[in-house]
Amino acid sequence: MSDFETVAASENQAARRGLSGEPGTPNQVGKPGKPRSLARDAWRDLRRKPIFWISLVLVLLVTAMAAVPGLFTSNDPADCVLSRQHAAPSGGAIFGYDFQGCDTYARAVYGARASLQVGALSALFTGLIALVVGMLAGFFGGWVDAVLSRVIDIVLGIPLLLAAIVLLKRVGSDSATVRIAAVIFVLAVLGWTTAARVVRSSVITAREQDYVAAARMLGAGNGRIMWRHILPNALAPAIVVLTIALGSFIAAEATLSFLGIGLREPTISWGIEINNGRVHMRESATPLVVPSTFLALTVLAFIMLGDAIRDAFDPKLR
Amino acid sequence: MFRFIVRRLLQMVLAFFGTTLIVYALMFAGQGDPIQALAGERPVTAAQRAYLTEKYHLDATGVGGFFYRYFDYISNLLRGDLGESLTGRSIGDILAAAWPVTIRLALIAIAVAVVFGVTAGVLAGIRRASIFDNATLLLTLLVLGIPTIVLAPLAQYFLGVRWQLFPPTAGADPDFFALLLPGIVLGSLSLATALRLTRTSVAENLRADYVRTARSKGLPNRRVVSVHVLRNSLIPVITFLGVEVGNLMSGAIITEGVFNIPGVGFNLFRGIRTEDGPLVVGIVSVLVVVYLVSNLVVDILYAVLDPRIRYE
Repeated sequence: MSDFETVAASENQAARRGLSGEPGTPNQVGKPGKPRSLARDAWRDLRRKPIFWISLVLVLLVTAMAAVPGLFTSNDPADCVLSRQHAAPSGGAIFGYDFQGCDTYARAVYGARASLQVGALSALFTGLIALVVGMLAGFFGGWVDAVLSRVIDIVLGIPLLLAAIVLLKRVGSDSATVRIAAVIFVLAVLGWTTAARVVRSSVITAREQDYVAAARMLGAGNGRIMWRHILPNALAPAIVVLTIALGSFIAAEATLSFLGIGLREPTISWGIEINNGRVHMRESATPLVVPSTFLALTVLAFIMLGDAIRDAFDPKLR
Repeated sequence: MFRFIVRRLLQMVLAFFGTTLIVYALMFAGQGDPIQALAGERPVTAAQRAYLTEKYHLDATGVGGFFYRYFDYISNLLRGDLGESLTGRSIGDILAAAWPVTIRLALIAIAVAVVFGVTAGVLAGIRRASIFDNATLLLTLLVLGIPTIVLAPLAQYFLGVRWQLFPPTAGADPDFFALLLPGIVLGSLSLATALRLTRTSVAENLRADYVRTARSKGLPNRRVVSVHVLRNSLIPVITFLGVEVGNLMSGAIITEGVFNIPGVGFNLFRGIRTEDGPLVVGIVSVLVVVYLVSNLVVDILYAVLDPRIRYE
């Protein structure tokens, strides 16, 4: 299976078998009289990690690239002239031109937008589904939990790439917005399970805490307890999982576009660029190498960022 | 144990019907013209249309008609009859030719993962927080983070085309050497995960009481590590590799597509490219079954191997 699927699958399976170190309850470390919160501890830990800073800078850089690509290149990515086919670097085109005579660097820069859009929105929707399902399952328990957990098991059993292929084959439209929406929909519908499990387990832990009992005694209803008391505590681990998921959603989008069933021209996507560059790699390799590097660095940045934050928040690793 | 297996089987049956229903509903029902959807963007002749209508009972309408056709599809799938691709070849024949290649590729990938992943994982677990440990952690993070659509073409370009260490593509009847580079690319992900799993579980087991007992009995370090620790540490790794065998079999779509290996994934890749609807649905249906069954086998294997697993 492809990369994102394997990563997701192995993570899922690890989670299913209880191997992964799920973010546990905050432990009360710190000297008496000088309480330190878990977040404060984590931040102290994070500040010293070069990987955290490197990945944070990369993430900010790609976000800026997606928001204002004009800052990074003054060339138009759609300005393609066949007479410049595989031409050497010149002007603003620091990596030369590709098979169609487009500026390789400009296309890679403009490719950030679609990737980040898909990644961020998929992660957002995934997070929403996961929060609702995980919260309901964890808070109410009983038959609600039983039903929702079985649903999670079933969705987890569906291989992501294969299901995405079938779902996306159904989308005939070539409109850029429709295709982006379709890819986001597919990734969100298939990718929420891991996050939902994380939310469920942290809700179950939070539900038993004293402050929840106190709130209930003060007369707070279920809705208020879930929204005001449990949600803030269930959010942090979910955000960490979603940061890593964002990276794998970007890889998933590129893979689907690479296969020709995700985004399509004229939308600029790293997956499409890589596939085009691959076909003509014998004549010139830069149109393959440049978008590959952009994609790999972006995915890595999100995964490393999530990894670093998770390590910092996991008291067991201290 | 028995309850666990029954539960797990029921779950799989549900997942099987759920997934096939989705595959089927998306492919043949719903909006638009199912025959046109099957053919993609190609024109359909009147004769083809009449043939397909007859074959898939498309003249029956309503919910009853839909389920009639769905059970038709399921029973065909269970009997191993996958129909024909748009080019007229039997999908069963295509798959029969493709499986041996895919299995060989998967075995190479697994061998790479076991030999390098487990060895390096044990070393990293023993010397936790050493330079070697940190270096492997960083390396595995890199491998886990780099998508196959980057890794496969770049490996093909640098190792195959530029430096010519390996044949860049495999071709019709690939030998072991031609499959080596794709196997390494395919296995690198499993390698990284296997390494991390081994490392964590070795490091964990080294702190266990029975290791302390073994050491205080005066056993040499080599024996403690190779017999006491390794045996217990390999349980999660073996199950992981079991899942991976299933995953790798069920189509290294990108790797096979990039390296031109005529396996199952390659046929799916080509089916998507040429808009061959029946081929895609046929292969996806089979792959889903392979995936579900391999997951089931591994889950049960895991429960058998590790008595600490609770059966809920």
